[in-house]
Amino acid sequence: MFSTAIIVFREVLEAALVVAVVLAATQGLAGRNRWIVGGIAGGLLGSLLVASLTQEISMAFEGVGQELFNAGILLTAVAMLAWHNIWMSRHASQLVARLKLVGTNVSTGQLPIYFLATAVGLAVLREGSEVVLFTQGLAAGGSESLSMLWGALVGLGAGLVLGGLIYFGLVRIPTRHLFTVTGWLILLLAAGMAASAAGFLAQAGWLPAQHPLWNSSDLLSQHSVAGEILHVLVGYQERPTAIQLSFYVTTLVLIALGMHLSRQRAPGTSPRFHQPTENQEYIVCGKSR
Amino acid sequence: MTRIAPAIAALLTAGIAQADTPVVDLTIKDHRFQPEAVTIPAGEKVKLMVHNQDATPEEFESYELNREKIIPGHSKAVIFVGPLEPGEYPFFGEFNQATAQGRVIAE
Repeated sequence: MFSTAIIVFREVLEAALVVAVVLAATQGLAGRNRWIVGGIAGGLLGSLLVASLTQEISMAFEGVGQELFNAGILLTAVAMLAWHNIWMSRHASQLVARLKLVGTNVSTGQLPIYFLATAVGLAVLREGSEVVLFTQGLAAGGSESLSMLWGALVGLGAGLVLGGLIYFGLVRIPTRHLFTVTGWLILLLAAGMAASAAGFLAQAGWLPAQHPLWNSSDLLSQHSVAGEILHVLVGYQERPTAIQLSFYVTTLVLIALGMHLSRQRAPGTSPRFHQPTENQEYIVCGKSR
Repeated sequence: MTRIAPAIAALLTAGIAQADTPVVDLTIKDHRFQPEAVTIPAGEKVKLMVHNQDATPEEFESYELNREKIIPGHSKAVIFVGPLEPGEYPFFGEFNQATAQGRVIAE
């Protein structure tokens, strides 16, 4: 029962952390619950589908379909998170201004929350399909399966509680700093996902195999609770390769650059959205932050 | 562009190298790996063909090899390992960690 709880806990925790960060990042936005819950539900449905297709996915692409599938999911999530952050850096100041003014939910109209909802759905899909497969195996097992299913429930509960704690920790951050912090978190989350995707591509043989750059498993095991949390939130890996590190850094730099450029072009706190004008050059020069 | 070109070249050569990679068979039965010690040549890329003869799925996982892969019940999966430096690299079945233990020995 204990080992079952731990396995389910790990998988649930990974998805729960992504959901916690996304929920914090969309704090106070009208309609966000519907989108995020929709993303989670879509991810759960998808994980049933993926679990039932494991065999087909696994043997696709000459036996490396599972790796390519995982890498594809991760890289898509990275793109979604990147797009959100770049959008937010342009509009965050307006959102904060209105959140402070009204003090309640704001209807942003144009906030592309479906990008985040998709990222949530993909995270749930990836971890969920493993849990589904694992519990299917338990159900097919012998007499111990009932106690093991209890273990799975304990693991599920513990993962959700820890995700909830992280969420409530994040939303205590004052409004004016909240989007800055969640922006950084999403940036690091995306970079970590890109590094994991590189790992799967190397496992598939699509990227060259490399020796790890270092091994910090004695210092902080990636498979301890703290290691797991840091793995999701900031992309910690105990044995990263040079390619993984370069995926991490490249993603970090590209998104940060996109955010920076987008911020420079932001139309300040005026309520205008997306208005490319001839004066843009002027705005860029005149508003260095 | 200058960065993309070598990446594509690497992809292509990786694809070619895959064709003549030696295959090593590994079986999962009753939640155990058979054989529990797999010897492979050091410094070479090897294709582990894992046959899961159990009805339940298993996750092949190795921290040392940086590998994780789910193998459905009554099915097989391909896992590329190496090139490795000489040494022992433990792996385990995450879904049945109590019994499913093994190691790759590169020499």
